[in-house]
Amino acid sequence: MSIRDLSDPEYFDEVAEANAEERSMDGLRPTYGTVDPLSGLMDPAESVSSRPEHHRLLKYLRREILPTTFCTGCGGGTVLNTFTNAIDEMRIDPKEMVCVTGIGCSSWIPSPYFLCDTLHTTHGRAIAFACGVKVMKPDMKVIIIAGDGDLAGIGGNHLIHAARRNIDITVFLVNNFIYGMTGGQVSPTTPFGIRTTTTPYANVEHPMRIADLVAAAGGSYVARWTTFHAFQLMESMQYAIRKKGFSFIEVMSQCPVSFGKSAGMKDPVSNLKYLRDNSIHVDGTKGMSEEELEGKFVVGRLVERNQ
Amino acid sequence: MNIIEAIGGRELFTQGDVACAYGALLGGCTFFAGYPITPATEVAEAMSRLLPKIRGVTVQMEDEIASISAVIGASWAGRRAMTATSGPGFSLMMEGIGYACMTETPCVIVNVQRSGPSTGQPTEPAQGDMMQARWGSHGDNELIVLAPNSVQECVDLTRLAFELADRFRNPVFVMTDGEVGHMREKIVLPAAEEIDIRPRPAPSTPPGEFVPFKAVKGKVPEMASFGTGYHTYVTGLTHKESGLPTTDNAEEHTGLIRRICEKITDATDELTRVEMDQDDGATVGIVSYGISSRSAAGAVRLLRAEGMKVSHLRLVTVYPFPERVIRDFAAPLSRVLVPELNLGQICHTVREALDGAAAVEKVSKIGGEIITPDEIVEAVLSSGEPVKV
Ligand SMILES: Cc1ncc(C[n+]2csc(CCOP(=O)(O)OP(=O)(O)O)c2C)c(N)n1
Ligand code: SF4
Ligand SMILES: [Mg+2]
Repeated sequence: MSIRDLSDPEYFDEVAEANAEERSMDGLRPTYGTVDPLSGLMDPAESVSSRPEHHRLLKYLRREILPTTFCTGCGGGTVLNTFTNAIDEMRIDPKEMVCVTGIGCSSWIPSPYFLCDTLHTTHGRAIAFACGVKVMKPDMKVIIIAGDGDLAGIGGNHLIHAARRNIDITVFLVNNFIYGMTGGQVSPTTPFGIRTTTTPYANVEHPMRIADLVAAAGGSYVARWTTFHAFQLMESMQYAIRKKGFSFIEVMSQCPVSFGKSAGMKDPVSNLKYLRDNSIHVDGTKGMSEEELEGKFVVGRLVERNQ
Repeated sequence: MNIIEAIGGRELFTQGDVACAYGALLGGCTFFAGYPITPATEVAEAMSRLLPKIRGVTVQMEDEIASISAVIGASWAGRRAMTATSGPGFSLMMEGIGYACMTETPCVIVNVQRSGPSTGQPTEPAQGDMMQARWGSHGDNELIVLAPNSVQECVDLTRLAFELADRFRNPVFVMTDGEVGHMREKIVLPAAEEIDIRPRPAPSTPPGEFVPFKAVKGKVPEMASFGTGYHTYVTGLTHKESGLPTTDNAEEHTGLIRRICEKITDATDELTRVEMDQDDGATVGIVSYGISSRSAAGAVRLLRAEGMKVSHLRLVTVYPFPERVIRDFAAPLSRVLVPELNLGQICHTVREALDGAAAVEKVSKIGGEIITPDEIVEAVLSSGEPVKV
């Protein structure tokens, strides 16, 4: 079984069901420094080249700071994995990259873990910092990864204006529907009706469809995928990085800890199922009404322009 | 095109805001990000006109938070970068300024102070942001703050600000005001061949050996700009010398913060620029800065013409605060007056520095007009009662 088969829906269901019962909240909190980050990835009995310390993607990471601080089952790991694979397949030299991030769990995906010039900035402002970097280093690939609270909430204005300017940067907004790092407060993308720590009687506001907003603001490429669609996401990331002009992917991701406790999905697998079951490919939405699309995640390429 | 050609000559008659732009070019600035605000807008307009001529870039950002952020980004991209604003924008920049202190990012911020708080009197001068300049961003940090009082000094001190920003890897503020920013005076710029702008030096050790936040010269580390192969990790979190975060170690935090503060305070003498005009036998003195220092100089002339002895110390560098110089200046004095366009800011710092050695009296004025020499004279002649003008 190759990793790619894991995104086969039937196989996924089998694994999900087999695992669902045994999984609980216990052990979901990260165990900093106590576990070999790569244990379980490879059979140590295999040849030297397949041992964890020889993992083909390890060269892209700041080893000294592993393991990551993500909770078990967090989508952040999937995004880091997908992103690193995307860079590896594209054969981009990290010397030519700058990762710019904000504040939040999602911002930790490349910073500090991805080994390139990395600017871990203030909450919400990554895109604004990135504009300064890109204007003065036009030959470098400037990639922003941050959360929904960061990029759509406090930093929403920078996002809109960067799209309007069509500045040649790439933004991956990791939308886990919640303020994860601060422990589960409502975010601009939290679904209607969900109880969070700051909406204890339910969220009375409707979530913003941030990718659609960006598409309306401008930009050259806008897409939406989820961590369930790891391979489509990887291809979309590659496309976004290659695309001239402003490119944006909303990556819907799971936060089993802070969002899961609000949404009643404390185990990572039910979070992934939630992403899978509510996703609908953009090509299949023709003729569907607003009501039919309510609560659905329209995935795929939403906009492409050549400006 | 060289810088003097871009500016259009060496001897010009212009306003302080535009002069700050000229000073920035002379200081090697090639990136400007800003957002329109009276009375600082002319800096952005001048930079928009000038930078493209020398292959630099000006970007009008969506707000001042974005402006300071883009400036920090450009600085890490290896360029000398500046923004200019006034009170409301300065308030928005505070988080970014703290980030620049923590990440030791060289950058220059011109604040053409206007009357506040809030939107206040947008077109009127004030000196109400002096404490904010020093204490506005949260946590412990040190800033270098320069206060020009003429159009020529807008050129010279903005130019100097870039040199200091790079040398100390710290934000440097040029605190002008609506009066200095908008008044017109003659300026003389250096000859083109006297202008020697060099790129920021690369680290002296190669990637792999280089430790990005380890002090080498004094307490200042070398800077590995992005795109030079050093894979520098830059964060506003407390970090080790490697740059990697460490957020629960008291010793590492203390070491880092003390170093980034002491790199400035240890250099106080070197950074101090003052104009001292002492009168033998005087027991009254004036400590001034910025636009009010011109009024103070006028007052000193008037008082001396009346046969009175009075000393004057003008602070060109306001921070790091030149405590030792102030104490020496005040040693023979019993009264020190501090004229300011606010309800009393730097007078507190002077009082703290003198620690009772002389009485410190504020001469405050707000409302949009500068203090006149006569008002300072009146304050000096009054028997030490605090004077409201
Ligand atoms: C100016 C400012 N306000 C608030 C915070 C506190 N804060 C840290 S992370 C965060 C939320 C992050 O949420 P999101 O961007 O969605 O990232 P996630 O942790 O969910 O990945 C907040 C509010 C901060 N660091 N700075
Ligand atoms: S709180 Fe949520 S987003 Fe943050 S690391 Fe844990 S699972 Fe991931
Ligand atoms: Mg989030």
